[in-house]
Amino acid sequence: MIRLDRVTKMFGPITAVDAVDMEVPAGAVCVLLGPSGCGKTTTMKMINRLIPPSSGKIYVDGRDTAEIDEVTLRRSIGYVIQQIGLFPNKTVEDNICVVPDLLGWDRRKSRSRAAELLRMVNLDPGIFLKRYPKELSGGQQQRVGVVRALAADPPVLLMDEPFGAIDPINREVIQDEFMKLQAELKKTIVFVSHDIDEAVKMASRIAIFRDGRLIQYDTPDNILAHPTDAFVAEFVGSDRTLKRLRLVKVEDAMMKEPPRVRAEDTLDTALRLMEEHGHYAVVMVGPRGRARGLVRVEIARDKKGTVAEHQESLPGVINIDDDLRTAVSLMFTHGVTWLACVDHDGFYKGYVSQRSITNALGATYRDD
Amino acid sequence: MAAARIMAAAKLMDVPSVRSGMRFAFIAGAFAFGAYLQARGVLSGILQHSSDVTYLARQHLALTAISGALAIGVGLPLGIVLTRQRFRRYANAVTQIVNLGTTIPTLAIIALAMSVFGIGAPPAIFGLFTLTLLPIVLNTIAGLRMVPPHLIEAARGMGMTPGQILRRVELPNAVFVILAGIRTALAINVGTVPLAFLIGGGGLGELIFTGIDLMEPTMLLAGAIPTALLAIFVDFAIGQCQYWLVPRGVNPLR
Repeated sequence: MIRLDRVTKMFGPITAVDAVDMEVPAGAVCVLLGPSGCGKTTTMKMINRLIPPSSGKIYVDGRDTAEIDEVTLRRSIGYVIQQIGLFPNKTVEDNICVVPDLLGWDRRKSRSRAAELLRMVNLDPGIFLKRYPKELSGGQQQRVGVVRALAADPPVLLMDEPFGAIDPINREVIQDEFMKLQAELKKTIVFVSHDIDEAVKMASRIAIFRDGRLIQYDTPDNILAHPTDAFVAEFVGSDRTLKRLRLVKVEDAMMKEPPRVRAEDTLDTALRLMEEHGHYAVVMVGPRGRARGLVRVEIARDKKGTVAEHQESLPGVINIDDDLRTAVSLMFTHGVTWLACVDHDGFYKGYVSQRSITNALGATYRDD
Repeated sequence: MAAARIMAAAKLMDVPSVRSGMRFAFIAGAFAFGAYLQARGVLSGILQHSSDVTYLARQHLALTAISGALAIGVGLPLGIVLTRQRFRRYANAVTQIVNLGTTIPTLAIIALAMSVFGIGAPPAIFGLFTLTLLPIVLNTIAGLRMVPPHLIEAARGMGMTPGQILRRVELPNAVFVILAGIRTALAINVGTVPLAFLIGGGGLGELIFTGIDLMEPTMLLAGAIPTALLAIFVDFAIGQCQYWLVPRGVNPLR
């Protein structure tokens, strides 16, 4: 979708971007990451020709951008900046419709589109359409800034640290909202950031820049697991493996088809099951398979009777769609080394233990 | 800086208690002054000049309108050009030159203009024009410079042409400060028009200076009071323009 071919930018004698080759596939979120002054913003601004490249070629959707009129090019690419840049003299509605108006869309069509876009980011059009930017909170302004870039439905979006100016709590919320939107819209996005956590969360590809060079361009998991050199390793942080916890879903790390007992089973059955699997506890499920409680091995050994009489409540359960970071956090909270995993309806699907997490994270090293 | 001060003053004016207090003081003052004049028999004296006053006031306003329109017509584009990338470096030099129009006493300019344009309205209009130009140019430059650069970047990034950026982003966000400049300029302009009489330019100065020469205070006041009222009226009218024409999102008054 977007291809950079030996793109170089010189500012006088300084090389800001040095022969960058890169390809962003359609529907991908590519985060350009690096310390300030590394050339990531310059690289992004060359895509919509806000900064003309000194040499090299940039293709958007197979077309050489140098051959497209720069105004036409920019109207076909959504653009979001860190300062949001809503026009204070225009209402929210008119701000959203800036590009449709430039393109000469029918007014009724563009205004109804504005209302629809506001609903997509959970802002009530009845309240917000006629407001001015100064009457909005920072988070609301940022949401409007994002949907403004989407107004003319461009296939490509450029975002320059779009969530950088928002407080951490709101930032998480808006990032989640945005990812949900992106899952639906599947835009091709180039996203500048200096925040590795944000990059890991949003990106399907991360490009790490240093001194104008593209050092590593890979999936977030590969960047964290296999940093190409000491710079990347240091930049992603010494806790980089912990950051990978966020990238793996519980479902992909859990042990599936776990042993289970029913309320009416005897403790002997439970004990045999545990010895067979080498476990020191087993989950009790309800009649249709919902996780209900657990039986410990020492209880099963010492007591007699049914599971129902000697079960304890589960210390914590985790949803299979959560990431491993949440799972590990829950383990520490409850002081346990394993968790029962359930789906959205509460059905028992498997368990994650510290060992299965270690296995999941280590898989990438064993493949080599 | 000047613009910031104007904005601050405008904000102070906006406080309802300050505004209504001032209005009350003004009305009470005007009433007391009127009663005093009536008691001295001045009012009826002034009314004797009423046909002169209407004729000269019309002339007065025409001088202001023509010189003001010329100053806006030159000052606004000049301010815009001086904030464009290519001409930005000339801004200081040009404002220094324009500043001369305010520094040199208007009387001197009118006298000098008379030696070029002869007697009558043209030299007066030229003098008033040079006097009015500076605040308009300065405020246009200040207003446009106050538009945050990221707004212009956002506009460029979304595909606006330079002309569209100027019309849809820069001017709407600068118009409040620009109008403040025009307001100051025209109020000064109206107050200076009486000097035009000295070179045969007409206006209410005719009554003022003749009144002084003839030692006839009623005639003097028949010129001076309408001049003051015109200045207040022009200031008020532009103030209303500021209130209603500036988009609500960037209007500190609304």
